Amino acid sequence: MENKNRTVITVVGKDTVGIIAKICTYLANNHINILDISQTIVSGFFNMMMIVDLSVSDKPFDECQKELIQIGEEIGVDIKCQKEEIFEMMHRI
Amino acid sequence: MINIFEVNETNKMVEQENLDVRTITIGISLLDCMDSDLKKLNDNIHKKITTVAKDLVKVGKEIERDYCIPIVNKRISVTPISIVGSSACKCPEDYVTIAHTLDRCAADLGINFIGGYSALVSKGMTKYDEYLIRSIPRALSETELVCSSVNVGSTKTGINMDAVRLMGEVIKETAEASKERDSLGCAKLVVFCNAPDDNPFMAGAFHGVTEADAVINVGVSGPGVVKTALEKVRGENFEVLCETIKKTAFKVTRVGQLVAKEASEKLHIPFGIIDLSLAPTPAIGDSVAGILEEIGLERAGAPGTTAALALLNDQVKKGGIMASSYVGGLSGAFIPVSEDQGMIDAVKDGALTLEKLEAMTCVCSVGLDMIAVPGKTKATTISGIIADEMAIGMINQKTTAVRLIPVIGKDVGDTVEFGGLLGYAPIMPVNEFSCDAFVNRKGRIPAPVHSFKN
Repeated sequence: MENKNRTVITVVGKDTVGIIAKICTYLANNHINILDISQTIVSGFFNMMMIVDLSVSDKPFDECQKELIQIGEEIGVDIKCQKEEIFEMMHRI
Repeated sequence: MINIFEVNETNKMVEQENLDVRTITIGISLLDCMDSDLKKLNDNIHKKITTVAKDLVKVGKEIERDYCIPIVNKRISVTPISIVGSSACKCPEDYVTIAHTLDRCAADLGINFIGGYSALVSKGMTKYDEYLIRSIPRALSETELVCSSVNVGSTKTGINMDAVRLMGEVIKETAEASKERDSLGCAKLVVFCNAPDDNPFMAGAFHGVTEADAVINVGVSGPGVVKTALEKVRGENFEVLCETIKKTAFKVTRVGQLVAKEASEKLHIPFGIIDLSLAPTPAIGDSVAGILEEIGLERAGAPGTTAALALLNDQVKKGGIMASSYVGGLSGAFIPVSEDQGMIDAVKDGALTLEKLEAMTCVCSVGLDMIAVPGKTKATTISGIIADEMAIGMINQKTTAVRLIPVIGKDVGDTVEFGGLLGYAPIMPVNEFSCDAFVNRKGRIPAPVHSFKN
């Protein structure tokens, strides 16, 4: 757990054109750096996970979380924004 | 770095398997509130609780938001009120005023429950302890969020049978006093043997006198997560079964450790313990009985239930202990009846009886919990049931407890609805043979021989 600003964004929903583009544009506009990105299709559903770094962003975590959820609603996918620590705690000793 | 499968696994636990943090409980010492003037005492208590815990609900919500993990309850436990009120209270009614103060604190802070309307009388009762105990029926029927507990025995002291007898009467009176609401008062009252000082779970939480001024204890849960993990190892041997429970318990407890650490930092209150518990709710898929069925029983209560519960309880502890820096409280699998859909079904189907539940309490984390019995059950019979359960705790050096609800006006065949996390329950039959002459003996049962370790 090196960085408390690392946040995991997950996107689940029906696959459509431009999901990643839309989210990445938002992240770029807010100076949020993407550290890792992976994507798969689970039983027909688009499933993406990003690890991003909020440390140089001007927006606090809760605002990003709200805005990303809103973007998800606009494009019809579920977007979740969680601090990375919960996953580190559960899956790393 | 964390990968997508790990992220999905964690989120699935929360979204589909009811993983949650059951409670963040702040333990608050009220020893410095003591005063000989009752009004001043009540003012001091209100001031201290609402100051120390003012941000509890806010911080709980922040943690929920940051990690997308539900924190179901935010609670407070306080120093046993029999001690706190001892220099101001001259009668049971005086103690009731403190119950109202605690209730007001809970409402002002927006928390779910406040525990510690308690007395520790495992060897003997002071007159103040007795005032408090006699005030319980009124205190619990006139307040909403106050929980009460009485410790009547321990491995070190034996069992205070005078207190056991009194508690049988108090439970009946509490049932009567709250009969308009299906004797709900009794759902907020626990009788303990070997009560822990740092239990974050209600109704038995209190802040022990051995504790610091304020401390954060966290109770985790997740029967649904364990059940889902076990679905993948159907038919495998016991080694695989036990390893699966252990690994799952580890993961669940890690979330609790994170929440406790965060809460402690944000509230500037030291972290006490994690209570490693499988605490069911009436929600579908959030059942300890469901795990027992997945282990291989048609219904909870079938032969093999005690063994299955024993291994479950032990593996939960083994997995959880390494996941947290400090473990305490009750830690283990809870087996309340009304709060667990699988237990309710087992009772309805005739698979689970009070006697089998008693056997299960020898190996679970607590005891006879949230069991509705006929309202006509005699006080001495309730005392007899309490004495049996206390004996199991005393001899086995474990915590045991009794939370029985004699539902006034209802009998076997009826169902009682408590609502919310407290759930609903079919009324269970009780052995009606008398134990009056046993219960009416005065004094206490001596401590067992294996308590003399000095």
